[in-house]
Amino acid sequence: MSAVRPRVERIIEAGLGASAGLSIAATALLVVTMTVEVTRFFAEVTPAQVLVDTVWAPLFAAPRYGLWPLVLGTAVTTMLAVAVALPLGLLSAVFIAELASPRTRRWLKPTLELLAGVPTIAYGFFALTVVTPALQRVLPDLPGLNTLSPGLVLGVMITPLFGSLAEDALVAVPNALREASLALGATRLRALALVVLPAARPGLQSALALAASRAMGETMIVAIAAGPSATMTAYIAQVGLGDVPAGTVAFRTLFVVGAALFALTLGLNQLARRPR
Amino acid sequence: MSRLVPLALALTGALSACLSRPAKPRVQVDGSSTVYPIAEAVAEEFQRAHPEARVTVGVSGTGGGLKRLCAAEVDIATASRPIDVSERAACAARGVDFIELPVAYDGLVVAVHPSNTWADSITLAELRALWAPEAQGRVVRWSDVRPGWPDRRLSLFGPGVGSGTYDYFTQAVVGRARSSRSDFGASEDDNALVSGVAGDPNALGFFGYAYFESNRARLKALAVDDGDPRNGPGAVAPSRESISRGLYQPLARPVFIYVARASAVRPEVAALVDFWLFHGAALAAEVGEVPLPEVVSVRVADRFARRVTGSAFARPGAQVGLSVEALAEALR
Amino acid sequence: MSARASSSRGERVLRAACLVAVAAPLFALTALIVGVVAQGAPHLDLDFLLSGPSRFADRAGLYPAAIGSLMLIGLTAALAVPVGVGAAIYLQEYGVQGRWARLVEANIATLAGVPSVLYGLVGLEVFVRALGLGRSLAAGALTLAMLALPIVIIAAREALRAVPHELREAGLALGATRWQMVWQVVLPVAAPGILTGIILATSRALGEAAPLLVLGAVVFASDPPAGWSSPFTALPLQVFQWASRPQEAFAQAAAAGIVVLMVTLLLLNATAIALRDRARRRGA
Repeated sequence: MSAVRPRVERIIEAGLGASAGLSIAATALLVVTMTVEVTRFFAEVTPAQVLVDTVWAPLFAAPRYGLWPLVLGTAVTTMLAVAVALPLGLLSAVFIAELASPRTRRWLKPTLELLAGVPTIAYGFFALTVVTPALQRVLPDLPGLNTLSPGLVLGVMITPLFGSLAEDALVAVPNALREASLALGATRLRALALVVLPAARPGLQSALALAASRAMGETMIVAIAAGPSATMTAYIAQVGLGDVPAGTVAFRTLFVVGAALFALTLGLNQLARRPR
Repeated sequence: MSRLVPLALALTGALSACLSRPAKPRVQVDGSSTVYPIAEAVAEEFQRAHPEARVTVGVSGTGGGLKRLCAAEVDIATASRPIDVSERAACAARGVDFIELPVAYDGLVVAVHPSNTWADSITLAELRALWAPEAQGRVVRWSDVRPGWPDRRLSLFGPGVGSGTYDYFTQAVVGRARSSRSDFGASEDDNALVSGVAGDPNALGFFGYAYFESNRARLKALAVDDGDPRNGPGAVAPSRESISRGLYQPLARPVFIYVARASAVRPEVAALVDFWLFHGAALAAEVGEVPLPEVVSVRVADRFARRVTGSAFARPGAQVGLSVEALAEALR
Repeated sequence: MSARASSSRGERVLRAACLVAVAAPLFALTALIVGVVAQGAPHLDLDFLLSGPSRFADRAGLYPAAIGSLMLIGLTAALAVPVGVGAAIYLQEYGVQGRWARLVEANIATLAGVPSVLYGLVGLEVFVRALGLGRSLAAGALTLAMLALPIVIIAAREALRAVPHELREAGLALGATRWQMVWQVVLPVAAPGILTGIILATSRALGEAAPLLVLGAVVFASDPPAGWSSPFTALPLQVFQWASRPQEAFAQAAAAGIVVLMVTLLLLNATAIALRDRARRRGA
C-alpha cells in the first residue's frame, strides 16, 4: 500500500459524496416539478373544484376537475389487488416459512421470485385478452374495458412481492416463541395462528402496505385493460400519450393527479416503514 | 474483479459507438390519429423506396401535432381538421410558415356493435340530443334517444379532447366545437374506440372511416340522416362512394398535412411530400380513406410545387360540411 | 422443528389451503406464458427480429424497438451505475453519521417507492422541456436512470454491508487510505452483489413502458435511433402499440414481442439470482 495521498483522497470523497447528493437532487426534482405545476394549476382552478366536484372531465369545453372518480377507480383496483394478494401471498408465505421442506424451499423461492420479473405489459395484455373475455362469460354485461379484470391481474402481480415480504416477517419471528408454544402443547396450527402470526403482524401489515402501494402505482395493466379515465395512473398514461399542449390547465392536470398519486403512495410507504 | 468496472464502461462505450451511426436525413411527422394509417403507409413505402432517409411518425393528436409544427419541432403535422385561429397565431408568432395540403377525405362513422338489431340509422337531431352537454347524466339509455329503442344501457365511446375528430364532430353535430357531454369512454387512440365498441353490445361510438373499414367484421355502421334532401334523401350510410360524392353529410371532411416551409427546403422532406401527393390516392384507398378526386389533387400538387403558404380556411366553422367542390374552390 | 408429529385436521386443511395458494399464482403465470407463447410463436421468426414495424401485421417486426431498448438501457446503466455505486460507497464506507446520512437514507427509500409513471412526468418537464433535450434517447435514458438509481443504491449497499468488517480493518491496519481499502479490498468482494443489483435495475428499466409513454417516444420509427438525440421507440412501447390495435394479427405480433421481452428479462433475472446465491454461499 502506497503512501498517503490526502488531496486525491479528498477529491474522491467529494466525488462520492456528490453521487449521494445526486440522489437527493432526484427527489428534489420530483418534488419541485410537482409543486411548480400544481401551484400554477391552482392559480386557475380552486381547490374546492377539485375536492368537491364529482365529475372528472378536465379536457372538455366546460371542464370539471373533481378528482374523486379517479381516486375511486384507483382505490377499487388496489383493493381488488389486495383482496387477491392477501390470502394467496400470506398462505404462500406460511407454506414457505413454516411448512415446506428445505428441498422444496430451494426451488420454490426462486421460482416465485421469477414471477415478479414478468413485465407489467405482459400482465396487461393477459388481462385484456384472456381475463376480460373469461369474466365476460360469467358476467355478460361486463364492458370490454373495466376495473375488475385489471384489479384481479394486479393482485396476481403483487402476490410474489407481498409473499416475499410476508415470508421475511414470518422468518423474523424468533424460533423461541414457536418452540415455547409447542412445548406448552399446542399443535402447529394453533402455534401458527395464535403465536406466530400475531407476532409477525407489524411486519405483515408493513408488507401489505408496500404491496398496496405498488399496486396503486402500477400503470400498464390498467392502461391496457381498464381504459383511460378509470384510475389515476391510466389517466396520466393516456393523456401523456396524447397531445395536450404544455403550459395549459389541462396539461397541469397531469401533475395534479401525479401529485395526488405521489402523496397516496408516499403515505402507504411511510405506513409500511413504521408499523404500529 | 476490480477490473470489471473499466471493462463494463468500455463495453458500454463500444456498444453505443457501434450502434449509433452517422445521422441519416430525418423527417419527423406527428399529429392526428385519424390520419395515422395513411401517414404510416406513406412512411413505410417511402422508406422502402428511399432507405437512405429516416421517417418517424408520432400520434400526439391534431392539436399536438400542430403545436409541435409551430414550435419547429416537427417537419409535417397531420390534422383531421383545418388549422384554427389560435394555432395560426402561434405559428405566426414563431415565424413558422406552413403549407396546407389536403390529402384525403375522411368520414366519421357512427358505429355500434354487430349484435345491435334495433338501430340502423340515426338522425342528426338525435345525435345532437345524444352528445350535447345537456345530455350528461340524462340521456343514458337507448330508449332515451328514440322512444322505439330498447331500454338498455347506453355505452358511449368517442375520441378524446385532443383529437381533431372530436373537434369536428362536436362542431358538426352539437354546433360548437369541443362542446359535448363528458361521460363517455374517451380515448386519443381510435383503436381503443374500435375495441370498446366491438366489445360491448350496448355501445355507440364515433371514429374515422379508416378504422371502420379495417374492422368491418366487428362493427356495424349507422346511416346518418341530416334532414337535408339536397345531398340525398333520408339516411345515408357511410361508404367510400357516399363520402366522396358528398352525400354523407355533415360527417365527411378533408384531412390535411401541414408542411413547415422551412423544412420543405430540405430534399428529404420535399421528396416525402411529393411521394405522399403522388401515391397518396392509392395508399389512402388501401387503408380505407377516401382519395381526393383528380381535380382536387392536381390543385394540391400545384399548391405544393409553388410552396403556397397560409390556410385557405380563414373563418371558424367554415369547415363543417365542406364538400369536395368547395374544397377545390378554396384551393384555387 | 416440531416434536409433535401428529397433524390435526386443521393442519391438513391449512396445508391444502397453502398449496392452493402457492399453486394459484404459478398456475396464472403458466396460463399467461402458455397463452402468450401460443399466440406469438407463429409470428416469431428471424424476420420478426430483423425488420421494422409495418401497417401489415404479418410484416411487422421489432428491430428498431429492440435496438432502441438496447441503447436506452446502455445509456441508463452508464448513468445510474457510477452514481448509484458511488452513493452506496459513500454511505457505507465513508461512515457518515448524522443528519446528512439519515436524510439520504430516507430519501432513497422514498425514491424507491415512487410509481414509475411519475418519473415520466418529471422527465417530461425537466429533460424534454426545461433542458430542451426533446423526446430523445438522452431524455429517455436520464428518466430511466432516475428510476434505476434507488435500486442500484440499495442493492450496492446490501452487497457492501455483507463484506466482513475484518477485511476493512485489515486493510486499514496495513496502511491503506480509505479509498485504497475500498477499491482494492471491499469492492472486489462486494462485486458479485453489486453486479446483481445492476442487472436487476437494468431488467427493471428494460421492462418499463409507463415513463416512456408519458415522455413521448414515437409510435412509428422505421429505423433504429441514430444517436443520443434521436427520437426512439422501445420494446415495451412497440408491444403496447401493437396491443392497442384491434386486428387479431397485431395481437399476435404483440404476443411475439412479449415473448422476446420475457425471455430477455428471464435471462437477466436468472443471472442476477444465480449470482446472488453464489455470492451468499461463498460468503457464508
